[in-house]
Amino acid sequence: MSGSGDPARVVIDANGIDTLIAILAKRGYEVLGPVRRDGAIVHEPIASTDDLPRGWIDEQRGGHYRLKQEGDAYFAYTVGPSSWKRVLHPPRQPLWRSEIRDGEVAIEAASVDTQRRALIGVRACELAAIAVQDRVFLEGPYQDRHYAARRAGLFIVAVNCGRAVETCFCVSMDTGPEARAGFDIALTEIANGRFVATAGSDDGAARLAELPTRPAEPSELDAAAAAIETAAGQMTRTLETEGLPDLLTSNPDHPRWDDVAQRCLNCANCTMVCPTCFCTDVEEVNDLDGGGAARVQQWASCFTTDFTYLHGGGAVRDSVRSRYRQWMTHKLATWHDQFGTSGCVGCGRCIAWCPVGIDITEEAAAMRGARGGG
Amino acid sequence: MSTVLAPDPQLDPMVPTLARITRKIDEIPDVVTFEMEADGWSGFAPGQFNMLGPFGVGEIPISLSGPASKRERLVHTIRAVGPVSRALVELQEGAVLGLRGPYGAPWPVERAQGRDVMVVAGGLGLAPVRPVLYDVLENRDDYEKVIVLYGARRPEEMLFADELSTWRARFDIEVAVTVDHASVGWHGHVGVVTSLLRTVGYDPANTTAYVCGPEIMMRFAARALTDAGVAPGEIWLSMERNMHCAIGLCGHCQLGPVFICRDGPVFDWARLRPLMQQEEL
Repeated sequence: MSGSGDPARVVIDANGIDTLIAILAKRGYEVLGPVRRDGAIVHEPIASTDDLPRGWIDEQRGGHYRLKQEGDAYFAYTVGPSSWKRVLHPPRQPLWRSEIRDGEVAIEAASVDTQRRALIGVRACELAAIAVQDRVFLEGPYQDRHYAARRAGLFIVAVNCGRAVETCFCVSMDTGPEARAGFDIALTEIANGRFVATAGSDDGAARLAELPTRPAEPSELDAAAAAIETAAGQMTRTLETEGLPDLLTSNPDHPRWDDVAQRCLNCANCTMVCPTCFCTDVEEVNDLDGGGAARVQQWASCFTTDFTYLHGGGAVRDSVRSRYRQWMTHKLATWHDQFGTSGCVGCGRCIAWCPVGIDITEEAAAMRGARGGG
Repeated sequence: MSTVLAPDPQLDPMVPTLARITRKIDEIPDVVTFEMEADGWSGFAPGQFNMLGPFGVGEIPISLSGPASKRERLVHTIRAVGPVSRALVELQEGAVLGLRGPYGAPWPVERAQGRDVMVVAGGLGLAPVRPVLYDVLENRDDYEKVIVLYGARRPEEMLFADELSTWRARFDIEVAVTVDHASVGWHGHVGVVTSLLRTVGYDPANTTAYVCGPEIMMRFAARALTDAGVAPGEIWLSMERNMHCAIGLCGHCQLGPVFICRDGPVFDWARLRPLMQQEEL
């Protein structure tokens, strides 16, 4: 990458990002970015780089997530409990309302959310996760129109990771740490609050042209490449994907499923923090006066017995073993059959946010009879 | 009760149209058949289902049980087993409810043309497979033998008993019934429905079977048919799973790689056997 200056790669500083946020806001975007709240990095509306968690990094391992102050980088943290799924496929989505008044029935469909949003700080694994959910919600015989509406109005500012934590394994999933596609602008943070920026779309190029930038020096391009290499090099976890779908689907009675069932608490945390898990319940919520009701879609988890409950038949997946097996086999194997891709992007959230630190890479390795994990 | 036009479901597949119950037929205890009309209803294929939603309660998948050739007919047979089906069964003529559908892969009825037709049903499973019989009997000359094997728990729980009697009176269809538990006055067969297979004559190598009932009954029926020489690819089963969306998006109805709602509910035994043999898949 080094050598003479690359006109497509420019250097921008925090003032430039502030300008970008202002330009996007002026164009009608709600600008969402990382902020520090309740001891975690989450995504909320931001007004400027002052809102970013500058100088905060995360420390993650199985069942562990802590923030601490170190250095002065804006984006040295990795991924927190909130994935962008919360924005595109929110935990609760009203579908429609019924009103019964004087014997008349009326149905009113919930309007779609046409608010355009700019997402600041989307990591490579999260871009991969959005691409996975695109396949789920947009590319089947039926579309989720609420997802489609939110998805259509996005402006994505990706940030290449310059640091990895213990739970990261995007390299082995071939999803990161460098953002390759699916963004409008990608930033790589180099020293002293400067970033190397590239456009990934015409829209991104147009916005970038409006910002105070200068061509990147070869040394700056080297620094950006080195940052990404550092993140890749820090990754200790791997998930060996070769032959994994067949391995899992042909081993439904492997003793390892009993082993993990002894540890799994069925809390469903992994499915909530997973940026690709898409399952939902559709629930009826009645008005207190009994005259109307709302049909609401909300996140569901295959870790509950209710998920497969059949009246007259009980839960299809009654044992913890079968529910963990479903989650992991779906994620790493049958997802390929259904959507032509793995359901795992290597973000490691399920490892960090599992209260007992169950590690999907370790479980997969154990199925192979190998020692794995990190 | 008058109705207001619902939003175009093409716009959002999760939003129902409005349906009205025009006739309610009490079948057996806890089971009713509704004849309905619905905005924009334009027919279905045997084996398909609708999502039916009594307002303020919820929504569940229910197979269509009427004749598919009569495009305007919209018939559902429902058993009260959970809160939503209980609320449905308690609806009266004139009631309005939400309807989405039809969904799902149908029974391949024409596949059996020139072949023996074997219908094996247990309990309420006769309802989803009844449209196959209507189609076959309407085009009776296209098929060889037509055999219906039906099992109910008790004589008083035999679904569509009058219709079974009418069919049994025909010379061109063979109907055999059995019950798990005989009550006083029952002089018929007692035992599981698969035990009837040995009592009827058919050509296994030239048979297409349609099997519907509790999962364990379907598994035994498919095995018995396979043992008798019916090809696994000619044995068709209809699966039931918890469904919240019916369009492959909610994730509840997965069975290994398939979504029952979208890829089924009707599958052949060659495809289902490895999935059904695995417990708690």
